[in-house]
Amino acid sequence: MGKMLEVQNLNVHYGSIHAIKDISLEVNEGEIVSLIGANGAGKTTTLHTITGIKKATSGSIKLYDQDLTAIEPHKIITLGMAHVPEGRHIFAEMTVEENLEMGAFWLKGKTNVSQEIEKVYERFPRLKERYRQPAGTLSGGEQQMLAIGRAIMSKPKIMLMDEPSMGLSPLLVREIFNIIQELNRSGMTILLVEQNAKMALSIAHRAYVLETGEIVMKGKAEDMLQDDNVRKAYLGA
Amino acid sequence: MDQVIMFLKQVINGVQVGSIYALVALGYTMVYGIVKLLNFAHGDFIMVGAYISLFAMTGAGMPIWLAAIIAVAGCALLGVLTEKIAYKPLRNSPKLSVLITAIAVSLLLENLFLLLFSSSPKPYPNAINFPSIDVGPIQVSGVTLMTILLSAVSMIALQLFVKKTRMGRAMRAVSEDAQAATLMGVSVNKTISLTFAIGSGLSAIAAVMYCSAYPMVEPYMGSMLGLKAFIAAVLGGIGIIPGAMLGGFVIGLIESLTKAYISSQLADAMVFGILIVVLLVKPAGIFGKNVGEKV
Ligand SMILES: Nc1ncnc2c1ncn2[C@@H]1O[C@H](COP(=O)(O)OP(=O)(O)OP(=O)(O)O)[C@@H](O)[C@H]1O
Ligand SMILES: [Mg+2]
Repeated sequence: MGKMLEVQNLNVHYGSIHAIKDISLEVNEGEIVSLIGANGAGKTTTLHTITGIKKATSGSIKLYDQDLTAIEPHKIITLGMAHVPEGRHIFAEMTVEENLEMGAFWLKGKTNVSQEIEKVYERFPRLKERYRQPAGTLSGGEQQMLAIGRAIMSKPKIMLMDEPSMGLSPLLVREIFNIIQELNRSGMTILLVEQNAKMALSIAHRAYVLETGEIVMKGKAEDMLQDDNVRKAYLGA
Repeated sequence: MDQVIMFLKQVINGVQVGSIYALVALGYTMVYGIVKLLNFAHGDFIMVGAYISLFAMTGAGMPIWLAAIIAVAGCALLGVLTEKIAYKPLRNSPKLSVLITAIAVSLLLENLFLLLFSSSPKPYPNAINFPSIDVGPIQVSGVTLMTILLSAVSMIALQLFVKKTRMGRAMRAVSEDAQAATLMGVSVNKTISLTFAIGSGLSAIAAVMYCSAYPMVEPYMGSMLGLKAFIAAVLGGIGIIPGAMLGGFVIGLIESLTKAYISSQLADAMVFGILIVVLLVKPAGIFGKNVGEKV
């Protein structure tokens, strides 16, 4: 298992707010790594900084040996890293199919788009039924599937997912987590940000706990599920 | 019978002016759609396009089609440069600063051309020798025909571009959600430049058509035209491409019919009246969804 993504001594500010305080984390090939933490802990900021939407104050972010901090944000996807953002950010006025096509935008037709779309439809049959519908008319769960499907279309090696379970019913949450596990089994490396710590820890290999911008704990996910502090703070036990 | 013919003539007139307004309104609306900016200098791009095509014909002796192409290229470049120099540095600034900058760009262009070419209107050559046709008892002039045809072609081409091409889809993506578009690998800067280039290029086509019908070129010619096209864009729903087209035709028709049947002095007042009514009744415009704050 080679090292894939490596974040070292990262600091991020919003004006005078020090949102990320010197964190380091890594994700190895084939892993699901969870980043859990309460509201405002800095999870989204971390992902945004990794994909260049937010600029770091200091620190390094490497994908394999490539330094991501020096790369324009729209080029990140070409390096094999997809980001499923918090709140889905699908293109509401475009059709489901156009959203999927946007996922393959950077490939400039170097891939058989319609074949790739078919594969996504196999995974998410509900999207196929609604392929001509404006994406904004989908239900929350369907929108999340579309956001994941769109990311798959970009043929990434690693996917960053920001609270994919947000606002979904328990049944759908389970479905989404199953999808994440399936994706991982088919070879996708995943960095998963979640507030639903229990679910996240149950499918992850390793995890980090973020508290007000600092990593306060890290380790194997199964160990964390047993850890008293984690149970008290994040699992409601 | 005479009444009907007179009415139809006014309608054709209205469609002609309306298609010019529509072309200009498209520029406003596309730019607004993508950067949420009212480019008040857009009307002056028409004026610049008019001067470029004028000098290309009278100075360099080019045929009108070549002059039009040069004007389109010139205006596209002007649009891109304006965005890069004046608007891009303010992308995260309050809207008011951007609006004031846009007005400043407009004044700058007007006064620059005033300085260069004086305020006296220059005659525009009558270069469209497209034959007129008779539709029953109504004669439609070559210029009218050409204007309607060329606008229709431009609008269809634009619509196909936006709906069917990869870059068109990228444009829609940026206008909906620039951050998500970035994550998909779309360069927001390039897409904004492209939008300014297309919108400003269309204003050059409008310029050539307008000057062929009203053969005078002067530094302030773009301000009223731009204002009416802006109203057309608001009427149709700013940011919405088919809205700009519809709005353009509606404004053109209303103006032409008011001139014919009420009074030509009232035509402008009528158009501004429409703006007020739209803002009161349906601020988002005909095709707009009534959500959130606009402008
Ligand atoms: N655009 C911004 N401007 C200023 N401060 C911000 C901005 N975005 C986030 N912050 C601040 O940075 C801190 C971390 O926010 P972030 O969104 O990364 O948290 P999070 O862990 O993703 O929270 P949640 O679980 O609620 O999504 C918070 O204190 C937040 O207020
Ligand atoms: Mg968040």
